[in-house]
Amino acid sequence: MANAKDIRRRIRTVKNIEKLTNAMKMVAAARLRKAQERALVARPYAEKMAEVMANLAGSVGEIDHPLLEVREEKNIAYVVIGAERGLAGSFNSNVMNKALREIGTRDPATVKLVLVGKKAVGFFRKKPYEIAADMEVGSKMNFVDIKKVTTKVRMMFENGDVDAVYLIYAKFISAMRQVPTAARLLPMAKPETQEFVKSEFVFEPDAAALLGTLLPKYVDTGVYQALVESQASEQGARMSAMSAATKNAGEMISNLTLVYNKARQAAITKEITEIVGGAEAQK
Amino acid sequence: MAKTFTLEVITPDRKVLSDSEITSVVLPGVEGYLGALAHHEPLMTSLAIGELDYHRTDGQVNAMAVTGGFVEIFDNKITVLADTAELREEIDLPRAEDSVRRAEERLASRPDDFDLERAQISLKRALNRLSVARKQF
Repeated sequence: MANAKDIRRRIRTVKNIEKLTNAMKMVAAARLRKAQERALVARPYAEKMAEVMANLAGSVGEIDHPLLEVREEKNIAYVVIGAERGLAGSFNSNVMNKALREIGTRDPATVKLVLVGKKAVGFFRKKPYEIAADMEVGSKMNFVDIKKVTTKVRMMFENGDVDAVYLIYAKFISAMRQVPTAARLLPMAKPETQEFVKSEFVFEPDAAALLGTLLPKYVDTGVYQALVESQASEQGARMSAMSAATKNAGEMISNLTLVYNKARQAAITKEITEIVGGAEAQK
Repeated sequence: MAKTFTLEVITPDRKVLSDSEITSVVLPGVEGYLGALAHHEPLMTSLAIGELDYHRTDGQVNAMAVTGGFVEIFDNKITVLADTAELREEIDLPRAEDSVRRAEERLASRPDDFDLERAQISLKRALNRLSVARKQF
């Protein structure tokens, strides 16, 4: 049995870890709330956008736009949204594995990657795929910041470098549940048309031109939405991971304390036996 | 009492304004500024970089700096989907001045990765914010 001093030292170490994971849990909880708020306020914009698109599409009739063009999927770009930091349980590896599964057995030469977050870059750097673009994420990201990436993605699609773009990110279900998801970003699904408002609107400039400026924005909104959700997911995952770590540390401390007490008891018993034995021998 | 309508200004980051006591609004369309009163005919247009002014029924007037986006006028409601929108009182004047200076420097020095169009747009945005912030009613 280990001696009492060693055990005491281990207990102290584990207690420090417990403090640390507990603090991280608190921080993640606070950030999760913020990220959730952001995801929530981003929603009205996206919804209104979809509504306006529907109105427009209804008035234009047959829509023709490069971003809607369906081609045979030879070259594919994957936008993988990871986190900037680790210690979030299986958050990063879940997303990365989802991406690998999506890519599957595809010829690496036909795959281009757009990576968001340091962890995604770190994971794919040693893989045989071309990294077309990467960016870092911050908790204060706004809509303008992501334009660099979305513009690049749209250009790759419009130039014909790739025939489809998929978005891979962790969809936020709840603080405890995040689902790695793959969604097609481009070519866009044709917006659903709303018939009843047809031709009631005045368009400035004409409806087709408007749709042309709106479609790219719609793509950007999609990426932004995914990013905000992914951030909420990350904080949720980190919170549950840290909560589990804190619990484990607590368990470990009580186990170690038990062992320590046993060791101490054994030492005392041994001493008494020795004294009694010594006294006996004196007689 | 003047007829009123609802004005909503939404950006991807937040809801900037939602007010149903508006009597008139002037906004920067891509084809020029346009004014709207209550019961305007249904209209859709793109938004340029510029200033959006609105008058409330209680006589209050305010302005905001908007950059790019989209406007829908429908059913006595004006919805502005802007890339960014800042109310006049939210604009940090020293910061706005700073960003004008930075944008001008960039245009003057032309670093290697220079993108003329982007630099011009960012200067325009900065100047717009400044002029809205300094506006007096």
